[in-house]
Amino acid sequence: MPSGTSVPSGTSRTGARLRLAALLTPPLLWLGLAYLGSLAVLLLSAFWTTDSFTSDVVHIWNTDNFRTLFTDPVYGTITLRTLGVAVAVTLIDALLALPMAFFMARVASEWWRRALLVAVLMPLWAGYLVKAYAWRVMLGEHGLVNAVLAPLGLTGPGYGLPAAVLVLAYLWLPYMILPVFAALERLPTPHLEASADLGAGAWRTLRLVVLPAVRPALLAGSVFTFSLSLGDYLTVQIVGGRTQLLGNVIASQVTLDLPLAAALSAVPVVLIVCYLAAVRRAGALDSL
Amino acid sequence: MAEDNVPDTRPAPPATAVRLTDLTKDFGTVRAVDHAELVIQEGEFFSLLGPSGSGKSTLLRLIAGFESPTSGRVELAGRDVTALPPHRRDVHTVFQDYALFPHMTVEQNVGYALRVAGVRKDERRARAREALATVRLEDYGDRRPAQLSGGQRQRVALARALVDRPGLLLLDEPLGALDLKLRQEMQTELKQIQRTTGITFLLVTHDQEEALTMSDRVAVLDGGRIAQTGPPLEIYDRPATAFVAGFVGVTNLVRGAAAQRLTGRPGTYSIRPERIRITPLDDGLETAGPGERSVTGRITDIAHAGPHTRFRVRLDEGGDRLTVLRLNTSGPALPARTDTPVRLAWDAADAYPVPG
Repeated sequence: MPSGTSVPSGTSRTGARLRLAALLTPPLLWLGLAYLGSLAVLLLSAFWTTDSFTSDVVHIWNTDNFRTLFTDPVYGTITLRTLGVAVAVTLIDALLALPMAFFMARVASEWWRRALLVAVLMPLWAGYLVKAYAWRVMLGEHGLVNAVLAPLGLTGPGYGLPAAVLVLAYLWLPYMILPVFAALERLPTPHLEASADLGAGAWRTLRLVVLPAVRPALLAGSVFTFSLSLGDYLTVQIVGGRTQLLGNVIASQVTLDLPLAAALSAVPVVLIVCYLAAVRRAGALDSL
Repeated sequence: MAEDNVPDTRPAPPATAVRLTDLTKDFGTVRAVDHAELVIQEGEFFSLLGPSGSGKSTLLRLIAGFESPTSGRVELAGRDVTALPPHRRDVHTVFQDYALFPHMTVEQNVGYALRVAGVRKDERRARAREALATVRLEDYGDRRPAQLSGGQRQRVALARALVDRPGLLLLDEPLGALDLKLRQEMQTELKQIQRTTGITFLLVTHDQEEALTMSDRVAVLDGGRIAQTGPPLEIYDRPATAFVAGFVGVTNLVRGAAAQRLTGRPGTYSIRPERIRITPLDDGLETAGPGERSVTGRITDIAHAGPHTRFRVRLDEGGDRLTVLRLNTSGPALPARTDTPVRLAWDAADAYPVPG
């Protein structure tokens, strides 16, 4: 006869289910209503329209907003520009993160590794606005960047699109370094030794063994850099000069034409979903 | 010394595959390899035998180039490679945990050395298939390492290291992760591959049976020093130190007063358990023959191990304990009870004197 502990009776199984339900209901409610629900409402409002005199939202079902997005070339340009910024930021971060993470994971002493980890993580504790305004000060006409570049006969980018890319790359760099660092730390040393042993120099080993091993981590990091850049609107407002990206266009439309802003905000959502699908096909989400 | 071990039937003195000269490696304050001197001939199956921490793996890594020595010189095929990085040495390694590249197929793994050397793709494929055939895995080229068993991975690692016929193959405890039966199969297979390819094999192992059965010559390491180098039988029969006698096989090491009692001489002696004859004391048939030593005692322990039985005997005189190994051949069996009085006898020459 089976003992009571090894085979749970009907009532205790029901109890376990109730406990599980009680445990999961609050987060599921939060996710379902507050999070996804608000997104759904946003998407819904994209099909409404605005009274052109009063700027009030009128609940008339139509697809004019999306038609505007597709017909007015301004929005196509802005979308492409935003996409370009997100790709540029992702590439810059990947190029910066690889050597940095490699040094931290495989070269640095224990002390240096910890010091660099703290250095990478620390900016994440500072407020986003603080960092963006710090860059605004540095990029200003009499700021640090120009002061450093002046002896070389160069001037900084000032405020504008390059500044926005620069600051976004700075802001999201930790999100790229950390997964790549973790992947490089997991990479077994014998794999590197086997590659050298079979005749490969450092570059070949990097290309044939290291990069394939950190590819999922690079893609995982790019999910952060790409989507965070795509949705950002404050950085471009602070250091972007007159640059228009999806984020700040949406932000400025919210008060003028909420339904159009809602339709516009569907664009980065669609782009990110496409990007996630592509990354998922590459098998990178397993390591997130 | 090394020349003595090469048979005179060879037409010319064989070339040297490895020559280590006064090689020392320190890790901080720990001396892992201590003034090692070693010569390995081309085409030899050579083993580095020692317990963990004896420096055998460090020695291997110094030869492969993964470590650089604190002092001394590494020569491969007569060329000083001490300053060369691993990828510039004509040496391949079979790693302990195989170190197969997980993102490549078996065939890509095996063809890696060829790819790095710039061999064309179709030729690479053909030669990878060929190498896989030598380890009987020709149908596994398209699989990933994760889809293979431990024994299969081991053979892929072997094929990968043999594909471009290196001058020297290093094997770092290659059979350590396999179960006993597979290990014995692989021992035979390794030996056969070595014979057919003619490549010099340098095996690192802590398993004395593995070293003795597979190798042409063995070097026993003790605390970073090479304690003895020689053919397996010589190492077993004429151990140079007490450590070698104890590590290679099982032995009775007798020293001091016990040596005086059992051999009639001072010093330290090694008496192999299988060289001692054990007979019941009361049969009255057996006494010491000419040139034999004989003592009496009582059995304290009996361990049956299939083909042989191991006895522990406490000697009547002095209370020393000896281990005796008796083959379970046909003939009168010994009463398998403890406390049975027995007579032990061995040829005086089988008490082999070892220094220290």
